[in-house]
Amino acid sequence: MITLVHVQVLSAGLFCIGLYGVLARRNAVLVLLAIELMLNAVNVNLVGIAAFVDHSKFLGQIIAVFVITVAAAEVGLALAIILRLYRNKGTTNVDQLNLMKW
Amino acid sequence: MLRDLIVITIQVFALVTALTAVVLSLVWLERKTLARLQRRMGPMVVGPHGLLQPVADALKLLVKEDIIPALADKPLFWLAPLVVFVPSFVIWVTIPFAQSFAVRNMELGLFFIVAFSVLSIVGVVMAGWGSANKYAVLGGLRSAAQLISYEIPIIMVVIAVIMLPHSMNLVTIVEGQRAIPYALLQPLGLVIFLLAGVAEVGRTPFDIYFAESEVMGGPFIEYSGAHWAVFFLAEYVNTFTIAVLAALLFLGGWAFPLMPEATWVGFLGVLVKAYLVVLVIFWFRGTFPRLRIDQLMSFGWKVLIPLSFVNFGLTAAYLFYGLSRWSLALASLFVTAAVAYTIYRRMTWPARATAEQRLAKARAYRRVETTDAR
Amino acid sequence: MTPLVLFYIAGAFALGGAVGVVGTRNVVHAALFLLVALMGVAGIYLLLFAEFLALVQVLLYGGAIIIVVLFALMLTRLQEFSSGVMENKQWPIAALVSLGAFILISVAVARSQGGAITDRAGPGVLLLGESLFTQWAIPFEVASVLLLVALIGAIVIARSGEGEP
Repeated sequence: MITLVHVQVLSAGLFCIGLYGVLARRNAVLVLLAIELMLNAVNVNLVGIAAFVDHSKFLGQIIAVFVITVAAAEVGLALAIILRLYRNKGTTNVDQLNLMKW
Repeated sequence: MLRDLIVITIQVFALVTALTAVVLSLVWLERKTLARLQRRMGPMVVGPHGLLQPVADALKLLVKEDIIPALADKPLFWLAPLVVFVPSFVIWVTIPFAQSFAVRNMELGLFFIVAFSVLSIVGVVMAGWGSANKYAVLGGLRSAAQLISYEIPIIMVVIAVIMLPHSMNLVTIVEGQRAIPYALLQPLGLVIFLLAGVAEVGRTPFDIYFAESEVMGGPFIEYSGAHWAVFFLAEYVNTFTIAVLAALLFLGGWAFPLMPEATWVGFLGVLVKAYLVVLVIFWFRGTFPRLRIDQLMSFGWKVLIPLSFVNFGLTAAYLFYGLSRWSLALASLFVTAAVAYTIYRRMTWPARATAEQRLAKARAYRRVETTDAR
Repeated sequence: MTPLVLFYIAGAFALGGAVGVVGTRNVVHAALFLLVALMGVAGIYLLLFAEFLALVQVLLYGGAIIIVVLFALMLTRLQEFSSGVMENKQWPIAALVSLGAFILISVAVARSQGGAITDRAGPGVLLLGESLFTQWAIPFEVASVLLLVALIGAIVIARSGEGEP
């Protein structure tokens, strides 16, 4: 029997793997992929709660649809920004993109 | 539960075998049709009238040596044919040939088909990248651009078809055509579906991304032997999928107006309609020249996508205002005719302009001659 | 098979793909591992009575977002500038932080009472559609404007300006 704990532990696992990816990767595109993982973890959590707790309402699924939409828009825009940065600075290493540091 | 698993496995095996047999018949049919269109005979040597030619082709492809480039990305190179080929077969699980003759008919059947056919695009990009060849990468990215551009008209036309019986279930959609097939209600939709479907499959006139004379094979350059046979199989299965979908969504499927109700009659009817559409697709290949990549993209974005939105708008207006069916049919037909006429005028204006110039020059010359002769 | 076994299989795909995304050296492989992870998540949606959402996930992520990421990677050869170690200087701390976060969240979740799935069907497309166009119509329109803004913004940012090298 699947229980809510199963789903939420899976969601936590995905979220923390994505968190590690965001914190520890150098390439900006890989950071973007890890952000996608985190957004999907949130979606899994929402859909799980909609299935277990929110009987016969599906609010979680609707919010998940909106999260997927926002994620798609964000990926397109972020890739455009990364391409621009690559063209201007010649690198996608997030350690070297530090113009705004003091 | 184990019994269910065994039953489904047997059904899936039967489906895969049937599809392979269909692909073999399509290979033979294509070569014969193209040959007859070009006033020649086609394969005649292998078996009576070349009927065993596809078997010979398959055997040749399987015993060829598999050459893998040294710099190729091995996991990508090996997985790309699978990623192209598996979604094409997975779609067939939900396509019904008669009222109760599908492996698993789903409520969201049409959406399932659309979603999984989009997955095979990633496989083409993987094939291009994994081949470690500049032409392959270019061809792979161009093909991805073409395929995702032509997904949009297909999805909009499919939505317009879903709006009529209010269901994504393929059985319900075909049953809703007992009175009148949707091809008569939405002729614009049928035309857009056929054109965008042919572009999706990657057949002439939209096959620039893997044509040998253009990009030297595109993403499939480095694939030989059995690998390439998988791509070839996937292309023909996709062609047959588009044909069967056109038959089910637009041409009425197994719902004839005056036929008996037996299952096998409906099954044969769907097959006949699908093969007619397949013949039309082969006819396109034999008649039209290939479109350039920029012509292809501008045709998709500037012509098919606005038309698909117009089709969607017409269907929505018909449903919202409760107009009569004939108004939708006439409006759709009118838009189709207007667009076809506009495209015809635009494509032939160079020839007409040249002809008019020559005529004017000839008239001027005759007038000068007459004045001089006085 | 029982839903639990299917859940473990789909979860293995999701977590395995996620580990692949953060662990591999090749950027193109990372994008494809993300595809595997997202298909695993789509499988989990199927088990949680969200069939429409599962197909939307396959369509959008598999057919659009991964292709956009692969386009960006292949057209600019971004992977050539990430030779050597793929990780930051701070990866041990990052690993510790994520492990700590995981343990914290799991303990908090395990203490709460979650129900079990009863044998019922999901909402279906009809209910989702009605809800999206009546109760949630304004977020829906705002989302479409957001997509338009993102589209225009991406085009403006990514094209080379006039007179720029």
